[in-house]
This record gives sequence, C-alpha cells and structure tokens, in this order.
Amino acid sequence: MGENKKLSIIVFSGTIDKLMPVGILASGAAAAGYEVNLFFTFWGLTNITKQGIQNQPAPIDKNYEKFGPMMMQKMQEMKYPMWYQLVEQAKEVGEVKVYACSTTMEFFGIKREDLANFVDDVVGVATFLDRAEGGTVLFI
Amino acid sequence: MTEVKVAKTLDARGLYCPGPVMETAKAIKQIQVGEVLEVLATDPAAKPDIEAWARRTGQQILDIQQQGGVTRILIKRVK
Repeated sequence: MGENKKLSIIVFSGTIDKLMPVGILASGAAAAGYEVNLFFTFWGLTNITKQGIQNQPAPIDKNYEKFGPMMMQKMQEMKYPMWYQLVEQAKEVGEVKVYACSTTMEFFGIKREDLANFVDDVVGVATFLDRAEGGTVLFI
Repeated sequence: MTEVKVAKTLDARGLYCPGPVMETAKAIKQIQVGEVLEVLATDPAAKPDIEAWARRTGQQILDIQQQGGVTRILIKRVK
C-alpha cells in the first residue's frame, strides 16, 4: 500500500473548460485511492447549486469560445459524462469531499439548501487548508 | 500459458479516461480477494492508467494484451 496521497482543488472558475478537468482529475484520483477535496468558491460555487446543475453545460471561457460548439458536440458523440456527474461518480468510488465556500455563498445570496446534494459541507479557508495539508493543491 | 480463471469481465470499450479506471475500481470490489478481473478497453490511455491504478491500490496485473484496438487486462484482486 502506498502512502495515503491527497489531491485538493480550489474550484474558482465557472466555465465548462475548467470544470471538466476538475471532474476528470477528481474521479481519476478517487479511483486510484487518493483522498480528494474540492473547494468551490467564486464562479465555481455558482455551478454547485441545484439551479447551477440544471443550467449545465456551463458557458465556455471567452478566450476559447470558438472551440465551444465543436467541443460540446464531440463530448456528446463520445457520450462523455458532464463534469458534475464525474464528481458524483468519484464520490461513489473513493473518498471525496465537496466543500462550498461560506463567504462566496454570502456574496451570491446562496443558502445551504440551494446547494446540490453532493455538497458535503459549507466551510471557510481554514478548514480547506487543514484538509489539504500534506497533499497536492490545484487552483483551477 | 496456464489458463487463468476469470471471475468477472468488465467491458469498458467505448469509455474514455477516466471511465475505464473508475469502472475498474468499482468492478474490483465486486470480486473476492484472489479472484481475477478481466478488463476490456479501447481508450489508448487504459494500459498505462490501469497499470498506475494497480500500483497505487496494490492490485496485481497478471497480463496485458493488445488485440486490434482493444486492450485486455487481467487483474488479480490482492486486497
């Protein structure tokens, strides 16, 4: 058994080109036995509300918008899961925690009951840093 | 080569990364320790990814074969 590895991601962005890698990394890591912590903040947080989930796919980053239609069509052809479905699958196969940033919730007027069911807890930065300690941290 | 008894076959053909690894992680829990899981995949990343997954999770790869576009991997559940 290898040492217990950990991958923590600060999910700042709310566009599909950033959310997809969050789902892919989280599920791949969870399947390989990593502990995974996802901290959704700012524009990332608006995607893990019940309403945000319904509005998927999220828009694509302006810098890459000309690739958007091609990418979405290809993803459909591949029957590739949506990013939040990958997060849900990750929670089925491994140890994955999804955290919502309390400050951002106040910024956007989002309540605990507005959050998607796969969100584990509403936390602040100290909790996230504590959970992330000793592992790899990504800011996406 | 001695015949390996396969307890379960996972057909992950048509799935893309991280699909094959995730389904393998699920399927290995559905067999007993000591039994063998057969995985079929078409994702070109399946071989290195499942090798890395096996190293990480302490499972044993018995055999890997490429047949056309299909990778066939035999994994023994060790733990």
